[in-house]
Amino acid sequence: MPELTNKDRMKIPRHHMPEQEPEVRIKNFNEVNYGYTIQLAQEEAERCIRCKKPVCIDGCPVAVKIPDFIKLIAEGKFKEAADLLKEDNALPAICGRVCPQEDQCEKVCVLAKKGEPVAIGHLERFVADWERETIGYRVPEMKPKTGKKVAIVGGGPAGLSCAKDLIVMGHDVTVFEALHEIGGVLIYGIPEFRLPKEIVRSEVDYLRMLGVEFRTNYVIGLTETVDELMQRYDAVFIGVGAGLPYFLNIPGENLMGVYSANEFLTRVNLMKAYKFPEADTPIMDLRGKDVAVFGGGNTAMDAVRTAIRLGAKRGMIIYRRTEAEMPARIEEIKHAKEEGVEFIFLCAPLEFFGDDDGWVRAVKVQKMELGEPDASGRRKPIPIEGAVDVIPIDAAVIAIGNGSNPIISKTTPDLKVNKWGNIIVDPETMKTSKKGVFAGGDIVTGGATVILAMGAGRKAAKAIDEYLKNTDVW
Amino acid sequence: MNKIIEARFIAPDIKLFRIEAPKIAEKRKPGQFVVVRVDELGERIPLTIADSNAKEGSVTIIVQGVGKTTKHLNMLEAGDYIQDIVGPLGKPSEIENYGVAVSIGGGVGTAIAYPTAKALKEAGNYVIGIIGGRTKEFVILEEEMKQFCDELYPTTDDGSYGYHGFVTHKLQELLDQGRKVDFVLAIGPIPMMKAVADVTRPYGIKTVVSLNPIMVDATGMCGGCRVTVDGKTFFACVDGPEFDAHKVDFENLTKRNRMYLPHERQALDEFICKIELISKKLEKQDA
Repeated sequence: MPELTNKDRMKIPRHHMPEQEPEVRIKNFNEVNYGYTIQLAQEEAERCIRCKKPVCIDGCPVAVKIPDFIKLIAEGKFKEAADLLKEDNALPAICGRVCPQEDQCEKVCVLAKKGEPVAIGHLERFVADWERETIGYRVPEMKPKTGKKVAIVGGGPAGLSCAKDLIVMGHDVTVFEALHEIGGVLIYGIPEFRLPKEIVRSEVDYLRMLGVEFRTNYVIGLTETVDELMQRYDAVFIGVGAGLPYFLNIPGENLMGVYSANEFLTRVNLMKAYKFPEADTPIMDLRGKDVAVFGGGNTAMDAVRTAIRLGAKRGMIIYRRTEAEMPARIEEIKHAKEEGVEFIFLCAPLEFFGDDDGWVRAVKVQKMELGEPDASGRRKPIPIEGAVDVIPIDAAVIAIGNGSNPIISKTTPDLKVNKWGNIIVDPETMKTSKKGVFAGGDIVTGGATVILAMGAGRKAAKAIDEYLKNTDVW
Repeated sequence: MNKIIEARFIAPDIKLFRIEAPKIAEKRKPGQFVVVRVDELGERIPLTIADSNAKEGSVTIIVQGVGKTTKHLNMLEAGDYIQDIVGPLGKPSEIENYGVAVSIGGGVGTAIAYPTAKALKEAGNYVIGIIGGRTKEFVILEEEMKQFCDELYPTTDDGSYGYHGFVTHKLQELLDQGRKVDFVLAIGPIPMMKAVADVTRPYGIKTVVSLNPIMVDATGMCGGCRVTVDGKTFFACVDGPEFDAHKVDFENLTKRNRMYLPHERQALDEFICKIELISKKLEKQDA
């Protein structure tokens, strides 16, 4: 076949992801997206015009060599594509599913100027799935053992990506996780229908295969302090993720039926409450109920779509701004809409009302309008005086973000944190105020994304490697 | 997986376990708790650490079989394993030399009052223990408490042993006698803790209770255990579990703890059904 010209490539329309029909998928927790077939992947890969200066790489927090791996897909060299992808991304099967590509690589794709960008995320997922399902994981080239030991605190995206780079660099790595399963937000937060837990487990198994050790049920700060870890390890990376969920601080918030998104999702995902009574952990019976989720991010979408799958009659997103300001991925908003989620914009909750037994029954909301842009660059919602509404609900989920967890900072006095309790680091090296201790991910930035946490983990791994060569310099 | 070293009933449906957990044994302080999961599909339940032995590498927990998980736990024997144990969680009790300290345990709450009574004594307090049970057989850890209490009063609701009445009646009696009390720690069922708070409030005695809301992760991530204290929301797992009894909203706690009552009943019924089926099968096999 003759080589396609750029003009030819740009004529090919973007290939959409095959997925479960909405009316089917709202009755199960199986993954919504089926993934590209080989044919779809290769056709999509042909759309990439292979820019001389690929801006997509700059758009990726871990700088995946995007045009090169896509070219390998077009050529049918999937194994080589997988190897190349893994040079920069420890968890491609996960990132292909949960990264906000439209704000990163796909946003800057040259094709996006005139039409739709190359489906980079879908292609990343294809390669990772093909490798796992067809040839299985293989051990990459490992550097000789250095004899140095690194402790990683937290088994989420930041910790896992840091662990992967460090083990390949020849260091011994142990990951300490507070919960009973490794994966952090990938396990407790992101639902099965968006990220099957089997995939997280197999990615963790891959790290195990490379020699990473995992300790679950181990809370650093309580079971063992950072200072004690420093006696046994040459360096420590803290990637404990987001911490205490924010609440709205409005009356009635402690009524029964009001959940934080973290609790709601942890019950369903980590504890498998959707399988109750086979699994012991319950979630309130939402069949035929009206559920309101407050927030506009991915977590809010995950919560409301989970509520729909648990049988809710009405799943509502109540958000104080409009759709344009919502931080959720476009695909999640699209999927939520297809699944019948109602979006109630420009409404801020004022108060929850309960019944005599203490169950939430309604929420009073303040209607808003958009004013001037605020510090985040988004137009600020302003209350419309006197415009309030009462919406009947049976359950509420608060998905407005997380603060920092105090366990590590309280037990590590010389670790500097800012006024929100986030650990202060040098943004280039992820070094903290404490010698030998690095940090990254949500505990540094506040609630962000899986890929940003992974980027921080990688950056830290590089700096840890340099530090271990000369521990006198900090 | 953690091995059970010792398991024995100390009262009807109340079982003491010594579990292998060296790191937790080394670290734990009075007032802290662990989260336990019995098996792969089990729920995470918080249980206060009653005692520990750093040398042996074990922690002691005392479990009252009320729901499926606790009844399941109570079927385990020495040599068995539990899936997960994590800790020590929560803030330790604030132990200081208050002067005269009263440590009150209601039912299985005595298991939690016990380590704190011990610590209060070691800090130089004159310790008065009041430990209650429905009947004589539900008064637990009397011998252990005796070792660290300058005075110990067992009470029973039916008068079958010790003082006839509730723990609060005994406390009120001491106060009526003009006894000086500087500090009260009360642990037990919510109505009992609320009643103790009501007794000490007029006297302005510093009173602390250990709260037992429903938890999931128990490390501050989920917020399921939030309690209202002095009109503000706290997470019992990281801000507690001990709080100023005079400021706790017990009504809210009572309601929130009832949130999964229907689920708990269903899980327990199905569990009992399953066990009966198994035992019938075994009987048949024996016959």
